[in-house]
Amino acid sequence: MTTHDHDHQHDHDHDHDHDHDHDHHHDNELDPMAARVRALETILTRKGLVDPAAIDVIVDTYETKVGPRNGARVVAKAWSDPAFADWLRRDATAAIASLGYSGRQGEHMQAVFNTADTHNMVVCTLCSCYPWSVLGLPPVWYKAPPYRSRAVIDPRGVLAEFGVELPARKAIRVWDSTAELRYLVVPERPVGTEGWDEGQLAALVTRDSMIGTGLVREPEAA
Amino acid sequence: MNGPQDLGGQMGFGPVAPERDEPYFHAEWEKRALGVTLCAGAMGAWTLDESRHARESLHPADYYASSYYEIWIKALETLLVRHGFVERAELGDGAIHGPGTTPKRVLKAADVPAVLARGGPCDRPVATRPKFAAGDRVKARNMHPVGHTRLPRYVRGRQGVVEAVRDGFVLPDTNAHGRGENPEWVYTVVFTGRELWGEDSDPKLSVSVDAWENYLEPA
Repeated sequence: MTTHDHDHQHDHDHDHDHDHDHDHHHDNELDPMAARVRALETILTRKGLVDPAAIDVIVDTYETKVGPRNGARVVAKAWSDPAFADWLRRDATAAIASLGYSGRQGEHMQAVFNTADTHNMVVCTLCSCYPWSVLGLPPVWYKAPPYRSRAVIDPRGVLAEFGVELPARKAIRVWDSTAELRYLVVPERPVGTEGWDEGQLAALVTRDSMIGTGLVREPEAA
Repeated sequence: MNGPQDLGGQMGFGPVAPERDEPYFHAEWEKRALGVTLCAGAMGAWTLDESRHARESLHPADYYASSYYEIWIKALETLLVRHGFVERAELGDGAIHGPGTTPKRVLKAADVPAVLARGGPCDRPVATRPKFAAGDRVKARNMHPVGHTRLPRYVRGRQGVVEAVRDGFVLPDTNAHGRGENPEWVYTVVFTGRELWGEDSDPKLSVSVDAWENYLEPA
């Protein structure tokens, strides 16, 4: 067993809280999908088609390097710097790349700005399109049928399930990511944050506020 | 295709279940599923459009009973067999039965950061001028192709307004089936809630899709 395999199995054991006797008959403990993916990775590795170390780097990238803190930094800069906000409106891909965020599932970015009159919300009804470069991997609910089916027909009902209630007079614009454009919602800057620096502002920006299913944190709660 | 993936407006799936402090992965195998899917895609034998079509081609009962990474893995097995990299029997017993297709490239660990940073841009020059302009009224075509398409059912036959002319992009309808990129202009088209869902719709709702030119006709 390689070091890599060992780590893999070790983590697997810790995914289960229920009692195992830990007798190390690991393969007997694998659930069907764990076994299926293990078999797939094994045959692809044996045939020289996949480098397991490349998988490790991919996983590490999306676990530790690419995530919603990227997007929060984009939003905080847009709140602080009108010239950047204007650039973000006109050419989000370039403006976001200037902060070092680009690449897979962020190749063609659009930033959509909430206003006093309009709340923006993003969905992919057809699969799971999501701006990985600024938000990281999507949460399970974003990829699952309840959200994908209802975001376009009953967004206020969906928002209620996130604990968000918008005034009835506020318009809701839902962006269905049906092509290769990826959308980042820029929430409104909260009042009471005058003079805050970008780091303080970024701490208010939640992942869900950049999808449109949440609001930013209130300054006093931050 | 009018497959299980086309979820907009469907009912009966229950409430959204946001998870507090959700981890990126819920099991170790999901990490390997993500990585193996990206690595296999990096061989360059199929496009993202073909991948999406393989996922939505799962039987609806299977699609709805599967988590998203399960959908990815089931589709990936189909793609690997379709393109001759592995045989079904090899997936079952883990033994090598034959050499299989030689990949154009194999993604090495050292190259992962550069490959992820480059991504896969799919904007392309289009020789013709855009047929529609911002502000034009358009109708989404009432079309039901048996192959891959990115025009969701809930907008077909509905009228909307072009909000923006985007770039030219690879056409998924042909690209998914190895029939070429055939880039076309893509437009952001906005529909009112009432146009999509009728008089009972939220009067303050509007929904947009990004539509390739041949998905649209003048209204």
